[in-house]
Amino acid sequence: MRGAPVRLAMLLAVLALAGAAVAGCSDDGSEVRSGDASASAAPASAAPASASGPSSEDVAPTGGGESITVYSGQHPETVAALAQDFRDATGIGVNLRSGAEGELANQIIQEGSNSPADVFYAANSPSLQALSGRELLAPVDPGTLAQVPRKYSGPAGDWVGVSARSSVLVYNPDQVSRDQLPSSLLDLARPEWDGRIGFSATETDFQPLVSTVIAEDGRDSAKQWLEGLKANGTTYDGNVPIINDVNDGELDAGLIEHYYWYRLRDEVGADNLRARLYYFPPGDPGALVAISGAGALKSSEHAEAAQAFLRYLVSRRGQEIIADSKSYEYPLRPGAANPSLQRSFGQLKPPAVNIEELGDGRNAFELLQEVGLL
Amino acid sequence: MVAAGLALLPLAFIIQQVGQVGWSDARRLLWRPRVGELLTNTLQLTITVTVLCVLVGLAAAWCVECTDVPFRRVLAVLLALPIAVPEYVNGFGWVSIVPGMHGFWAAVFVMTLSHYPLVYLPAAAMLRVGDPALEEASRLLGRGPWSTFMHVTLPRLRLALLGGGLVIALHLLAEYGGFAIMRYRTFTTEIYNTYKLGFDPASASLLSLVLVVLCVLVLGGEQWLRGRGGVLRGGATARRRRRVRLGRRRWPVMAGLAALVGLAIAVPIGALVYWLVVGGSTTLPQASLAAATTTTVLYGLAAAGLACALALPVAFLAVRRGGAVATVLERTVYLPRALPGLVVGLALVYFTVRYAFSLYQTPLLLIVAYTVLFLPLALIAVQPAVAQLRPALEDAARSLGSRPVAVLRRVVLPLLAPGLLAAGALVFLTSVTELTATLLLRPTGTETLATQFWNYTDGLAYGAAAPYAAVMVAISAIPTYLLVRRLDAIA
Repeated sequence: MRGAPVRLAMLLAVLALAGAAVAGCSDDGSEVRSGDASASAAPASAAPASASGPSSEDVAPTGGGESITVYSGQHPETVAALAQDFRDATGIGVNLRSGAEGELANQIIQEGSNSPADVFYAANSPSLQALSGRELLAPVDPGTLAQVPRKYSGPAGDWVGVSARSSVLVYNPDQVSRDQLPSSLLDLARPEWDGRIGFSATETDFQPLVSTVIAEDGRDSAKQWLEGLKANGTTYDGNVPIINDVNDGELDAGLIEHYYWYRLRDEVGADNLRARLYYFPPGDPGALVAISGAGALKSSEHAEAAQAFLRYLVSRRGQEIIADSKSYEYPLRPGAANPSLQRSFGQLKPPAVNIEELGDGRNAFELLQEVGLL
Repeated sequence: MVAAGLALLPLAFIIQQVGQVGWSDARRLLWRPRVGELLTNTLQLTITVTVLCVLVGLAAAWCVECTDVPFRRVLAVLLALPIAVPEYVNGFGWVSIVPGMHGFWAAVFVMTLSHYPLVYLPAAAMLRVGDPALEEASRLLGRGPWSTFMHVTLPRLRLALLGGGLVIALHLLAEYGGFAIMRYRTFTTEIYNTYKLGFDPASASLLSLVLVVLCVLVLGGEQWLRGRGGVLRGGATARRRRRVRLGRRRWPVMAGLAALVGLAIAVPIGALVYWLVVGGSTTLPQASLAAATTTTVLYGLAAAGLACALALPVAFLAVRRGGAVATVLERTVYLPRALPGLVVGLALVYFTVRYAFSLYQTPLLLIVAYTVLFLPLALIAVQPAVAQLRPALEDAARSLGSRPVAVLRRVVLPLLAPGLLAAGALVFLTSVTELTATLLLRPTGTETLATQFWNYTDGLAYGAAAPYAAVMVAISAIPTYLLVRRLDAIA
């Protein structure tokens, strides 16, 4: 019994120390973290970095010691590789906060003018447009915007398009024959797809599809289509389980973005990959190409460094890292290509809808709520 | 008071946010079929799992403590182990080997397996310390074994069962990860989705308000069931209990308990091992795993310490003072347990960004968040210990000339040490696996095991995610062992 208070006192002391240690190590801990993550991706980034040596004048060094905070909804491994290479090129460090883009955009909205973020790097345009609409983003340098076709950047010029991903139908060829494949996204609401289709209304990737249908066919038709899709389909939380179920034969087909297929191939091996990709016909809402981009925060105290990071993302050097990464996306800079993908960027034939029409996805969100998918 | 104040922050935030939603919007958001569907889903699941957990936990505790089932010492430890497996890891394990594990019954199954130890542990502890004299007297007076169990044993276990049930019910209301994996929709998953997609925290808060109402109902219900029954203290000399002879049923009973352990532990851990071996993306840097582990352990320890320190005064107030104010205070502390980590996180973001920006995204804020979220767990463990403490002992020490500090150090804390240790272990276990508040509040660049696990499952890299889950289970096994050993120390 006598030992007990001593032990307890020791326990409390340990706890206090632990608290102090957490407080102490976090600052340099973050450095360690981003360093580690980029170390893992270094093999992927090493080659393009050295290959593109001559192009480094796009990203001239601006002096060392400074660092910026990037909130990123993009694939963490790729962004870590970009951050590491950016630091090598410019001497500017990057504190990376990775997460779901919607959560991070919301967090920036909550933080308002106090936001610690300097750059927001999103996987889809609506979360950038949400910040743009609240006037939280600063104008991007015209020279940076000029690196990619203008239609892929924010209409207000306050974020720049970096890469693109295509909507696709993933299907299991054992259950869906070639002639059964839909000629349009809208066909998936038809009775022949009853019980065969999966989609994730809760993914930020899905909202732009709904917005596209609204823009092309009007709200009423979009609502009818969603109701049909809801009746036919299984709703998933996320695209990952969709492609897994299709691959395992649990589900006939599902709506995802193309890169999930490549990532699953890397995970399970090409021999175990049953799932196949089907690209919707040219101009169909299902052939939507979503834009991933980045913007600098108005509240940033490192405005120049933030602009340098944006400039870097669309530089040849940055775009080559993206093309070679496990993101499997299309770099938007003319001349940069991703040869590992089945279709080239030029072969994609998206519908006419533009970024402004996709907006911040509010119309899609409300329609999804109305139909009961959210 | 500090504890209750912290607990009320999220509520204040919710009300403030809801205030921004106009009436028509509020009606549109709340008065739709989806909300009814979610209400049914949430209630159905919470009630079913809580009842099943109480039954399974009670049955397991009784078999191990009161019968002559073979290997009972080993089983006593194994049966508590599932709390070391986070529910989303359990769900991940089951879904990855049985792809069709979705919907209501799948969720019930996995959640019951994950949570029954929260009833099993206190029930087993009560059975072990309980003086068997009362049961023996009941038998001598002519009651049968069943009737004795119902009228004597069960009433003594009531507090343990209710406490465990309460924690489970609140936890289910707030659970996100496990349900997300099993594709079961509850208010919490929907709040998360609304927040993620809508750029509009106000409508997420509106849904949270429904959750607060449900939580108040659960808390009130538990208080009502608890009634006014006092704590039955046994005689001064507790004796070993004579075990019920199962005879021929010994082995089937053992097989049943072993199967329970197998389903709850072997399957998820087997799945992790499978992904460790098979997953293509297993080639991850060792350093980030080590860094995430250290961070997670330190945060868990700090949260455990702070939660214990806050739970103690609340428990004393509730047990010693009684009365309406103390009860309300104690109940308030439970409120955040039924709120999604996301909402508690958002509330802390809201308040710190506006009023205490120097705290924002600091480790301290995250520790405070864990404390707010998991204080109820600490309370559940500390309160019975405080209840067992006889004020007469402190009076005696004081009358013998000890100063108050000395009384606390030499009499009170030693007697409470096991309870505090259990409280710390529970808080540690739970904060190690916390996800949604961590995502919001962690300092930029900090990754915990849970955030890394989620990063990778989200990105399809099962092989890369598995090591993080495995380490989570491994470091959770230590406090679980502490909890079980406490049970052993009692005997």
